[in-house]
This record gives sequence, structure tokens and C-alpha cells, in this order.
Amino acid sequence: MEQNTTATGDVSFLVEKWRDKKGSLIMILHEIQNHYGFVPRDISLQLSKLLDVPLARIYEVITFYNYFKLDPPGKYTISVCLGTACYLKGAPEIVDEIKNLLNIEEGQTTEDGLFHLDVVRCLGCCGLAPVMMINGQIYGKVKRSEVVDILSRYKKED
Amino acid sequence: MVKAKINGITVNVPEGTTILEAAEKVQIKIPTLCKHPDLPPTASCGICIVKLVGSNKMLRACCTPIEENMDIITHDPEIVEVRRTVIELILSKHPNECLTCGRNGNCELQKLAEEFGIRTSAFQQFLPDIPPDTSTGTIVLEPRKCISCGRCVTVCQQNQNVWALCFMDRGFGTRISPAGDGVSLSESPCVKCGQCSAHCPTGAIFENDDTAKVWKALQDKDTYCAVQIAPAVRVAIGEAFGYKPGANLTKKIYAALRRMGFNAVFDTNFGADVTIVEEASEFVQRFTETPEKLPLITSCCPSWVDFMEKFHPDMKENFSSCKSPHAIVGVLAKTFFAKKRRIDPANMFVLSVMPCTSKKYEITRSDEMYSSGYQDVDVSITTRELARMIKQAGININDISEEEPDHVLGEYSGAATIFGVTGGVMEAALRTAYDYITGGKLKNVEFENVRGIEGVKEGAIPVNGFTVKVAVAHGLSNVEYVLNKVKEAKRAGKELPYHFIEVMACPGGCIGGGGQPYGITDEIRKKRGEGLYDEDHNCKLRYSHENPFVKKLYEEFLDKPLSEQSHHLLHTTYVKRPEYQK
Ligand code: SF4
Ligand code: SF4
Ligand code: SF4
Ligand code: FES
Repeated sequence: MEQNTTATGDVSFLVEKWRDKKGSLIMILHEIQNHYGFVPRDISLQLSKLLDVPLARIYEVITFYNYFKLDPPGKYTISVCLGTACYLKGAPEIVDEIKNLLNIEEGQTTEDGLFHLDVVRCLGCCGLAPVMMINGQIYGKVKRSEVVDILSRYKKED
Repeated sequence: MVKAKINGITVNVPEGTTILEAAEKVQIKIPTLCKHPDLPPTASCGICIVKLVGSNKMLRACCTPIEENMDIITHDPEIVEVRRTVIELILSKHPNECLTCGRNGNCELQKLAEEFGIRTSAFQQFLPDIPPDTSTGTIVLEPRKCISCGRCVTVCQQNQNVWALCFMDRGFGTRISPAGDGVSLSESPCVKCGQCSAHCPTGAIFENDDTAKVWKALQDKDTYCAVQIAPAVRVAIGEAFGYKPGANLTKKIYAALRRMGFNAVFDTNFGADVTIVEEASEFVQRFTETPEKLPLITSCCPSWVDFMEKFHPDMKENFSSCKSPHAIVGVLAKTFFAKKRRIDPANMFVLSVMPCTSKKYEITRSDEMYSSGYQDVDVSITTRELARMIKQAGININDISEEEPDHVLGEYSGAATIFGVTGGVMEAALRTAYDYITGGKLKNVEFENVRGIEGVKEGAIPVNGFTVKVAVAHGLSNVEYVLNKVKEAKRAGKELPYHFIEVMACPGGCIGGGGQPYGITDEIRKKRGEGLYDEDHNCKLRYSHENPFVKKLYEEFLDKPLSEQSHHLLHTTYVKRPEYQK
């Protein structure tokens, strides 16, 4: 997946802020994640030099915690519920359809950076199962055949 | 001392001994999978569990120190059943591809499955779908076959201090990988030492097999095939044929290679003698004329060179510019030898058999590897690959009669043969350098303090009223200590701590190389090393510069050490390289 995972920025002030404090690597990564929405590779490389910590160690930490992301979030985040109700009402089919249409897996972002797909446990509206949500907008009782239509609205808007 | 019982047998062991080690003392073998004798336990597999009498708790023998009065049971039906389940669970995530696997016949997981008589799959198989990484051309990563034991990661991070490999993600998605999605090993800091492959219990990391290229060249009637074997190969390859570690098979290997169809059988040791003559001359020159260019650092280990180019490029100038022995034999085969024998080097194929995965990388690492006008060494294979070729050729190496190497790149001194063991290059160079500087012979040519398996060895040799200080490091994690001392002294404008430094990437030197037969332990390193020291001890010729064929080479072809011709053919250059290319 070719994506813009670079970002410029100087993180030396963060390193100074957390220098000599316990668990500083995780705290610094937290601040970076919050700022960029992901941990850009260039920043990790910079951090590795500044902290004198091997890049491999930094990636072990980043990939261990679900909180940290390696890719920039998509412009539109699609969350599909796979809770029990949605599951039984055919949510897996919806997920399949989105994967097919956008050519991504769960947790991934499309090459153009437009969509990001997440599956979630429950969106709190089981009565509407199966449910999907795009940037906060809820779609209930979704049928497989409707997915292409819903997505194209966002493509047009863009 | 701690006193305890294992299966009713009393043991008395020093405090801190693990249950696993204590059991070995009384001839009880507890199965292990993630634990390697070289490495601290990762305690990740669970196969080594044992019980205490009267307790249901299971303990992991590999990481649990034995305690006073423990009453341990290592084998009973329940324990065996748990172990079987451990294996079955591992197999549920491991492809059944033994027949086409790089580790077929010597895989630790395969062996356990065989011992426990696993006949059916107890759990549904679920295989991760991760493509192999062949990018370095030296070792192949096949993460699908990884059982997450952590040995490679520990070796690469702790013993080699390279940090090319890490565990990415967790839970079911855990995989070994360089740091980053889509970053290949060749784009990572990997120095190709192959220590990960030597320690992996399965076929998840193995040498890139180049034997097909060799068979092809041997088939071609118009190709003149020459071959050379490295020092460390001769005392290890026997292990693949039932010999004890350290058994020296040099002349049997010559005979086998000739039967396989090689037209000329050379020895890398000849190249080692030439390396020493050049490197000792370099040392003498720096020592007497340009002391600011000290310490001189050996450069015959390509993984060490790669490490320096990535992590310590500021030390470039201190590296000996001399090529490694197999590169020297390669270039001399296609120039000096080809000319003498009137062979067109364009039709020559030179193979080097090495204990090393990194030599596969070295043969194309820079323009100087083509200084004959052709690629000087065409293919480099490991000891493991040669052992397979000998078997494929149907040669009974145990009974074959010994043969001699071919002139003029075959004869060697005892100084050359110890190149294969840590401290050997230093020792060989000192013998010659001493003679060059003082014009006299050393009383004792055996330097005890650079021998042995401690990670860093230091020594001082009086030469003409001056003390030459040397250091020997092996296993890349031991380099930092030595280099830091040099850098600190330079910064402070103080006297140098060392004038001459030898580094070998692999623990033990090349005898412990990443391409050697599997199952390495310190015990085996020692035996292989002794094999080489014995050969040196029994050699009439102990000095590289006294090798009559080396003398002839200079008289007829190179003029003198460090001559223009020598520089053109036998020396190389170094560049700064990025740790990550992505
Ligand atoms: S070859 Fe050496 S440096 Fe490369 S991954 Fe293996 S252990 Fe690490
Ligand atoms: S690649 Fe081999 S050594 Fe590394 S974790 Fe996997 S099984 Fe263990
Ligand atoms: S120590 Fe020897 S076997 Fe190991 S990488 Fe260096 S040259 Fe190769
Ligand atoms: S050998 Fe002890 S846990 Fe793997």
C-alpha cells in the first residue's frame, strides 16, 4: 500500500520534555499519535536517533498497542458493527462488500486516503441492525446491495 | 549448592541452576523448543513443563531455577499429554511442508513431532499468509513457518546488536519482521551474518540456496570450474556426516570436490596468507609512518564491514583496505592463475565454500569485487549447502581417500588456517608484522591471550621496545566496548588503548558462522576451534609470508605487498550506508 506516511516536524522538544522520565518512549509516542492521528515513519526514525533507541524497539511498542497507528486515518472512517445483533442480521456480508469495493482489509485505509475501515463491537443502536457509521453518520438496516450507493455519495462529495 | 530430587534421583547443583540444566546432569532430557543453549530463555513455548510431587502446578524447566528440596517429576503420562498438546497447537499454525522445507531433516519442531508420534492434526489448521523475504540474497525469511520462539530476535538484538528483526503486532498476528510495514530485510540494518538462521529451530529462516547455479556451471563443458574452501568449513562439515565437531576433513573435501567435477581445487587459506602479508604490511606502515591512522581494524568479515558502514562510518579510515581471503583467491584465480594456465577468465567459474551467509552478499558488494574484469567469485555457498551437494553427488566422504589441493592457490601456512577462529587473524598478522618490524622471529608464535571464547580479549606484545596493544572482539554486541574506548581516547587526545583490533561478527569467529551445520553451542565452538589450532600447531609453516607460493606470487605477479598491482587487485573501499533505506 503506497501511502503518504511521511510527515515533517521536529519532535526534539517532546524528547526534552520527557527526558529521563520513566516510560518516556510510550508517552512521547502518545503525544505524536494524538498530534498526527498516527505515528509517521519519519518521526519514528527521528525519535530513534534522538533517544538512541533502535527503530525496531519503537515499532515493537507501536504495534503492540492498538492505540498507535502506522497509517494516516482515512478522510472518512467507516465503522461496521459486528456485535451479536448486527452479526446475526448479516453484518459480515456488509464488511465483505466494503472490502471488495474498496480493496482494503479491516483496519486499513484506501490508497487515495479517502476511506478507512474499522469493525467495532456495538454502536448502541441494535434495533437498526445491521448498522454502519461513516464519520458519525449512522446507516441502519443496511442491505448489501445498498453499500455501493452509500459509499459513492462520499466519493462524489470529495 | 542446592540439593533436590528429579524423578527420585538426588541432584546437587550450584544455586541458580535451572531445572533443565540440573536434569541434564542426571541424564534426563526434558524436551525444549524455544530455549537455545546460547540464549537466555524466552519461555514462550511451554514444552519443557515439569511437575512437583504433590502439586498440580506446572513449571517451565528452562527458566525455573531449582530450589532446595524440590521433588520434581519430568515425565509421566499427564506431562507427556500436555507436551503433546503444546506441539499440536503449534502445528495448527504451522504449514505441513516438511518435504520442501529448507530445514527438512534437521528441524527441531519436526523432530519433536516425530518423537511424540504425532500422526493426525488435532486442531483445525489456520495458517498466516505472509510472503517470504528473499531480498538480501543471503538468508530467506519465511514468517509462515515461524513459531514465535523469539530466538532470532534475541540473537539479532542482544548478541549482534543489529536490531534488524523484531516482533511486530501481538496475539495471533505476531510476526518477525524488520521494523515497519513493507520494509524488507535488505532495506533494514541487517548485516547478513545469518546468526538468526543458525539459531532458528524451524525453517522460518534459512540460507538462500545457490547450489543450482553450481550444478549448472559444473554441467557446462566449456566452463572451467574452480573452487575454494574457507578455514572454518573443514572442521565443521564433518558434523553433517557423523564426525565429531572439530574433525578436520580438509583433504577429503578436496577429493570430494574433484569428484564433483571441479577442474581446480584451491584453498581460501592461500588467500588468507596473502591477506596477512598485505594487512601486516599495512599495519607496519601505519605503525611506523602514519600513527594517526591507528588503530588498524581487520576487515575480512563482511558482516562486520556492513555493520561499520551502517553504525560506525566514522571508523572507515581505520579499516584495513585489504579484501577478504575468498575475494583474493577469486581475483587471483581469474588473473594470475588464468594467465599461467592460459585459460580465458571469461569462461571461468569460481565458487567459494564458506561458513558464512554474508559472503553471498560480499561477492557483489562493490566495484572492487569485479577487479579481474569479471565477477571475481561467481557464487558463494555455505558449509550446509556443500554438505547437501556431497550427499546429492553420492560421495561417501567417510571412506574417500585424501587428496592434495591444486597449485598455485592451494598451499597454506598454519597462520592462515586459524583465520577461522576468533583471535586467529590477529595472531597470524602479529607473527608476520613482528618479523617485518624487528627482522627477527617470535620466541613463541602462539598468543594465548587472544585465544578463547570470551567476548573481548586484550593483549600486549613488546615489539622493539614498544608495546603493541591489541583487542579481539567477536559477536557484534562486543564491538561497542572496544570502539568506545578508542573514540574516547581520541576525543580526549589520550594514548590509544589499542593499535590493532580484530572483529568477527559471529560468536567464536567463522567456526560459529551463520552457514555452519546446525546445533551450535559453546562446546562445539571450542571443538571446532581446537581443530584449527591443532592444524596450525602441526604445520611446518607457521608464517604467512614464508609460504613459498605466496613468495612466488609476489615475485611473478604482484611485485611487493601494497604495490600498485596489489592495490588494484587485492584492496577495496568503504562507504557510509544508511541503516534504513525506507
Ligand atoms: S542476518 Fe544477522 S543481522 Fe540479519 S537479521 Fe539475521 S541476525 Fe540480524
Ligand atoms: S523465525 Fe525462527 S527463531 Fe525467529 S521467532 Fe520464528 S521460529 Fe523462532
Ligand atoms: S564471522 Fe565469519 S562467518 Fe561470521 S559473518 Fe563474519 S566472515 Fe561470516
Ligand atoms: S523450552 Fe521452556 S518454555 Fe520453551
